[in-house]
Amino acid sequence: MKRGLRGRIILLAITTFVAVYCLLPTFGVQIPWAQKITLGLDLQGGMHLVLEVDLEKFLESFTDRQLADARGILEREGVTLVSATRTGVDRARLVLTKSADREKATKALRELSSLEVTGGSGEEILLGVAAGQAAELRRNAVKQAVEKIRNRVDQFGVAEPHITTEGDRRLIVQLPGIREPQRAINLIGQTALLEFKLADDEANLEEAVRDKGKIPEADQLLYDRKEDVRGNVTRTPLLVKRQPIVTGNALVNASARPRSDVPGWQVDFQFDQEGARVFGEATTKNVGRRLAIILDDTVVSAPVIQEPITRGQGRITGDFTDKQAADLALVLRAGALPAPVNIVANLTVGASLGEDSIRQGIRASILGALLVVVLMGVYYRWSGVLADAALIVNLVMTLGALILLRATLTLPGIAGLVLSIGMAVDTNVLVFERIREELRLGKTVRAAIEAGYQKAFVAIIDAHVTTLITAAALYYFGSGPIKGFAVTLSLGIVINLFTAITGTRVVFDWRTSRRTLTHLSI
Amino acid sequence: MEIIGKTNIDFIAWRRLAYAASGVLVLVGLLATVQVWRGHANLGVDFTGGTTVQLRFERPPDLGAVRRTLVAAGLEPELQTLERGERLLVRLRKAEEAGAGTGKRVEDALRAGLPQGRFAVEGTNEVGPAIGRELLVAAQKAILVSLIGIILYIWWRFEFTFGVAATIATFHDVLAVLGVVWVLGHEITFLTVTALLTLAGYSLTDTVVVYDRIRENLRGRRRGNLGEVINASINEMLARTAMTSLTVLLAVLSLFILGGAVLRDFALALLLGVIVGTYSSWFVASPIVYEWRTRVQGRARGKR
Repeated sequence: MKRGLRGRIILLAITTFVAVYCLLPTFGVQIPWAQKITLGLDLQGGMHLVLEVDLEKFLESFTDRQLADARGILEREGVTLVSATRTGVDRARLVLTKSADREKATKALRELSSLEVTGGSGEEILLGVAAGQAAELRRNAVKQAVEKIRNRVDQFGVAEPHITTEGDRRLIVQLPGIREPQRAINLIGQTALLEFKLADDEANLEEAVRDKGKIPEADQLLYDRKEDVRGNVTRTPLLVKRQPIVTGNALVNASARPRSDVPGWQVDFQFDQEGARVFGEATTKNVGRRLAIILDDTVVSAPVIQEPITRGQGRITGDFTDKQAADLALVLRAGALPAPVNIVANLTVGASLGEDSIRQGIRASILGALLVVVLMGVYYRWSGVLADAALIVNLVMTLGALILLRATLTLPGIAGLVLSIGMAVDTNVLVFERIREELRLGKTVRAAIEAGYQKAFVAIIDAHVTTLITAAALYYFGSGPIKGFAVTLSLGIVINLFTAITGTRVVFDWRTSRRTLTHLSI
Repeated sequence: MEIIGKTNIDFIAWRRLAYAASGVLVLVGLLATVQVWRGHANLGVDFTGGTTVQLRFERPPDLGAVRRTLVAAGLEPELQTLERGERLLVRLRKAEEAGAGTGKRVEDALRAGLPQGRFAVEGTNEVGPAIGRELLVAAQKAILVSLIGIILYIWWRFEFTFGVAATIATFHDVLAVLGVVWVLGHEITFLTVTALLTLAGYSLTDTVVVYDRIRENLRGRRRGNLGEVINASINEMLARTAMTSLTVLLAVLSLFILGGAVLRDFALALLLGVIVGTYSSWFVASPIVYEWRTRVQGRARGKR
């Protein structure tokens, strides 16, 4: 027997066995240590969202909160202010009534966690978020957004969601097999910042609506948006205090339930201890005034405080359907996003479309394989059948490798697979044609086979290398589905090198090693 | 079995005609490239930003009514029916139609405007303009990197003349296919780019096989002038080239017939690529080597 032949046969047998073993679960056989093939969202149906965290908004509201803290600190120290305004995304400017207070104020402001004094003179103090800290804050905001969205998705109940970050402000959310895409988008995209703010009924609302400059400095103008059954939208303006009494961060629970007074749904909530205390104090002090419940800067309702609410329980009533109430309760439980997110891309594929794609892909693969198999068998006879067998092994191994590598099979990936069917037999075509040529030159079968493989090898490598170069570029720069193409095509042709060199060669060598062939069916 | 036996086609003699045909193809391809560059070609929504919504109706819908309904809702739709007319692809390209929620707008408008036409939304693809731009840049990078990679490989693998000729042939193939796709008015998506790059890598195979034989024969196995050697080499490799192209052609053809709407354009580009690639390895890549060598040698002889 030829040296190394036995080794190659064993290697081929083992690799084929492993590949077949890996493939069994995909065809419905339950076995240990092997998974089904992973299908891309384009084949199994699902939703692929790209979200962008609005980091500017995040820093703005962070600076606003710090500025509010600064006012509190200065008030306690007895320093009076002419104004305190945010001048940029993460910059602010304080104007003191007396420049004599400057030193005292500067000292007191060291208490602030993230704003530091950056300049100014006389009555003016300039504040800013330190550069290093801003980056840290941004990173945290993105991390938090991922956490909250994961919370929401988990509570919504999606099997195997996949949430990752990309770059410094993007999130990729993949939800396989989702049935209500629109609802999922609402749940994920909503900031869900719940705030309780006192209405300012003493200020002149009409003037403020007409001229933004007339809005009192401590107030902001918000709208109560109502939609009737015919889709007409009415917007009622309301002036509220900028500083919230308490926010949704203080909630420990929220749940949807039917309203007892009128048809419709409401959301009941429960504050944590600190939240309950603050809320109790504020409602005690402000009985008879209106309290606005605000969700993402839109007034949900603004009821009059009838009596102090000290047990930390409350409810949000609006025109909610059961689903809306349930979703609101869900996002409140999961917590608000640290900043608004924008959906910059949304690819949703229905399950039926995915199934169609799989069916079409399988059909195309079968037809492609069949045509190639017949052509090879007819043209190269016995040797062609051998190449066909190698082709089948090639396909099985490629799929097996996909599973072993946990790679994802996408629709373009199927195209790559079909293409690799056509390219894989090319290796054998090059070898067979060379063998034919050598036979015509009068060489013995054994010598012709030897020369055929040896001389065709260079051209085979050429074809493989150039295809791998483009596949690598496509893998590196392509989107998800295109990566799938690059993966199946490269796996297909790399494995082809193996099956062609060990596979068909082994059979030829085996046959010539037993006896001297005088004729080769090729 | 042998379909192509011993042949003796004079490929070099046909080269002037081939140059003319290829010239036209390349010219159209260059024009297409310019148009793509200027953003005037039919670039896919994944590059331009925009929205596509795929709908499946119970009965083939009245396209006029669909269009009127969507226009009334303030949208500018392009409609394309797929497979027996039950499936409808609505494509929106304006910047303000690129955001999230546009798919919902299309659905809502049609539900309200076509109460009798029952349909289901099968898929939505909303691409923000920023994402589209990024993907376009990624595609350009992929093109640049693969072409540079291929050219480096060619130049490492071959001597100068063959390297230049193979590079020209590769560009010829890619441009010719891009030109045809553009003339047909097909959408150019990342999948199209993928097809173009794949064929750039693949079409080289045929060229390489023929070149290897030319070099082998030039090393002295054959007598005769350069034209005869090149012709003999192509003829010797004819069956091989035809066969390798045919296998890939069959695979791609089945994708084209059965692969479904998404893969059809992709398969078409590859189909064209295999044909053009085979043609160019016979009629373009090798004649260029002939042209170059005879001119340079002729000049050298003249100096002497």
